[in-house]
Amino acid sequence: MDSNTSNIKVLMFGWEFPPFNSGGLGVACYGLTKGLTRQGADIVFVLPKIAGTLDEEYMRILAADKFGVDRDKIKFKTVDSILKPYMSSKSYVSEKSGLEGFLQEVESIYGSDLFSEVRRYSKYAKIVASEEDFNVIHCHDWLTYPAGIAAKNIARKRGMNAPLIVHVHATEFDRTGGHPNQYVYDLERNGMHVADYIITVSNYTKSIVVKHYGVDPGKVHVVHNSIDFKEGGIDEKFRIKDHHKVVLFLGRMTIQKGPDHFLWIAKKISEIDDDVRFVMVGSGDMFPYIVEEAANLGIGDKVLFSDFLNGRDVDRAYKMADVYVMSSISEPFGITPLEAMNNGTPVIISKQSGVSEILRNCIVVDFWDTNLMATKILSILNDTELRNSLVEKGLNEIRNFSWDQPAGKCIDLYKKAISEVV
Amino acid sequence: MVSICFYFQVHQPYRLRKYSIFDIGNNGGYFNNAKNREILQKVAKKCYLPTNKLILDLINETDGKFKVSYSITGVVLDQFEEYMPDVIESFQKLVDTGYVELLDETYYHSLAFLYSEKEFREQVKLHRKKMKEVFGYKPKVFRNTELVYNNRVAYLAEKMGYKGVLAEGADYILGWRSPNFVYRAKMATDMKLLLKNYRLSDDIAFRFSERGWEGWPLTTDKFAAWVNSINGNGNVVNLFMDYETFGEHQWEDTGIFNFLRYLPHEILKHPDNDFKTPTEVIKAYKPVAELDIRNIVSWADIERDLSAWLGNQMQKSAIEKLYELENIVRESGDEKLLEDWRRLQTADHFYYMCTKWFNDGDVHKYFNVYDRPHDSFIAFMNTLMDFRIRLKEMSG
Repeated sequence: MDSNTSNIKVLMFGWEFPPFNSGGLGVACYGLTKGLTRQGADIVFVLPKIAGTLDEEYMRILAADKFGVDRDKIKFKTVDSILKPYMSSKSYVSEKSGLEGFLQEVESIYGSDLFSEVRRYSKYAKIVASEEDFNVIHCHDWLTYPAGIAAKNIARKRGMNAPLIVHVHATEFDRTGGHPNQYVYDLERNGMHVADYIITVSNYTKSIVVKHYGVDPGKVHVVHNSIDFKEGGIDEKFRIKDHHKVVLFLGRMTIQKGPDHFLWIAKKISEIDDDVRFVMVGSGDMFPYIVEEAANLGIGDKVLFSDFLNGRDVDRAYKMADVYVMSSISEPFGITPLEAMNNGTPVIISKQSGVSEILRNCIVVDFWDTNLMATKILSILNDTELRNSLVEKGLNEIRNFSWDQPAGKCIDLYKKAISEVV
Repeated sequence: MVSICFYFQVHQPYRLRKYSIFDIGNNGGYFNNAKNREILQKVAKKCYLPTNKLILDLINETDGKFKVSYSITGVVLDQFEEYMPDVIESFQKLVDTGYVELLDETYYHSLAFLYSEKEFREQVKLHRKKMKEVFGYKPKVFRNTELVYNNRVAYLAEKMGYKGVLAEGADYILGWRSPNFVYRAKMATDMKLLLKNYRLSDDIAFRFSERGWEGWPLTTDKFAAWVNSINGNGNVVNLFMDYETFGEHQWEDTGIFNFLRYLPHEILKHPDNDFKTPTEVIKAYKPVAELDIRNIVSWADIERDLSAWLGNQMQKSAIEKLYELENIVRESGDEKLLEDWRRLQTADHFYYMCTKWFNDGDVHKYFNVYDRPHDSFIAFMNTLMDFRIRLKEMSG
């Protein structure tokens, strides 16, 4: 085994990367690659390119210095696709039909459904695997598992024998609220069984992987996500704060994130304190339902909605909030509470989350206990001492966070895996 | 004898801009001025200016045998004044011929009748005042926003001095009766009702360019024949429609302008036909019966009720939260607040939130400036939240 990290060459398969991301997976991949390159690993990062984007433009944006990834250490490879990580097979069809004009010319190169897209992606993976130099394969979530397996087979044919590591950011059980799609489940399960090692983003996810996918617990390594702490941040005064306390929801509006639970909590709080306002940031398949439900509950004038926000506006949303609530019904990790704390916003998170395993200065409540959630939110809003202590201690805690920690754990695992297969 | 009574609705709302969550409390201005100007100029070019010119020509050509009536909202006049003063001038020319009647309505094209009679009356008065200022005209006939009507509208309109009211000739209020007569309103002493002949009106307004329709293509002789067939069993054919039918809803290439160009001549070929304005109709024909209309009727969609504006909970909650503020807005005594509050009452805002995408879906989509009804609800509620903060700051 070579202990020199600079010899580590990772072939990485992902779905999204900032700024082309719609959720936490892109943020996690970005953070992890930052950490890995800082520690000397070389990465070839393969990801689908949103159809219609010009290749050069896309690469230019990805490779831009502002992302803080060492450009000599990372190389992006993109495959034409309309894949998005949170797309269901149903929304795939509508996405595809929305691009009809574009697709007419290139119809033949697109699969007819999401799953043939997955196969197409893995075919492309073979080409990359036969051209690139690497000694470990790292896959992020189910869609890339067939690609990782294909790459491992090609590597073996080339006499490279690179270990395959699959990184579970979320399982089909989390995404569907416990009603998995069989095809997706089968792909996940196969990937986990073929892989040499599995990384899960929490013990919570590890237990799901072991329980629902029949995986040997010894093969599963937990690597919690992190955040690169940013000093300073938003210094803006929001006029709404002169009149109202603000409670924030920020996440995709899908069943997994519990936006409906958030509304029920909002309803309870409104009954007690008429002056609290609720901001819901994000889009997703539940969006129309959630908007209508706010009106149904009679709190249409208390809940403010905003589309998916990017970059600085995310930080502004945290900054505007007196408390951030992550009401997910099943959250493998959940990076948003770390972002909130970085912005000096107290957080309440659901117990059914990975991040609750590592955070100390936050309030943890079962997602289904909306009464307790409401009570806890009100005490943060009304008890200045509690609030200040959460903010201050939270900032101190989060100050020590860095993507170097998870990256270090990955590198240790790479080394171990490489030493075992050679 | 059959009289054709044309009434055209002229209206454009002050559309809202997307009010960001970060702007709440900043009073960043609620209306999308750029968009409103753009739409107004577009519609003026495609519809108002060319149609006004055509109608003026037709009046002159026929020596006033062709005549029409308009209801022009206060908010569209305000926008004309700001963005397209030419349009005002061309309407003034029409009114000056003496063959054009103007109707009164709520200044803000609002549904105030349903929520506050006080506000309703004030908006009607404001409209009346505007008619006087701009056209030197005093309307005698009233039409409520979107032809929203029940007995109470007639009662209130009579108290305000009007002689007649326009309403939808919906099947469910008429039953076996025909819309082609003048009726008397219940709950009023002498208030005449003019009911829209929705079949013939919608043949022009909605079906004119519909190729799948059995009446397509609609020619002037075909339409005149339909009108002539009413001779003997009706006095008046009330053709009520949005003015934007000409050139905006039905584009020029559908032939709509040619249709209008030749229709008066075709109609007048029959010696028993003529054109009348609402006041003339009321004077010429006696009411045949009293109509007792308790439930609200409107001219929208196939339901012809309020469901286009108040059909779902988003719409109801938005409008209820708005009217809840009436007393505080008045007490504030602030003109700007009152003006914004009234502009928010314009019915279009609630129409945009409509989720019944069935038979009328296309119509709703066409008129919607937002991608989804939910987006318009959000824009409205975010604005309203800012408005309430202003109100609070004003009231101390």
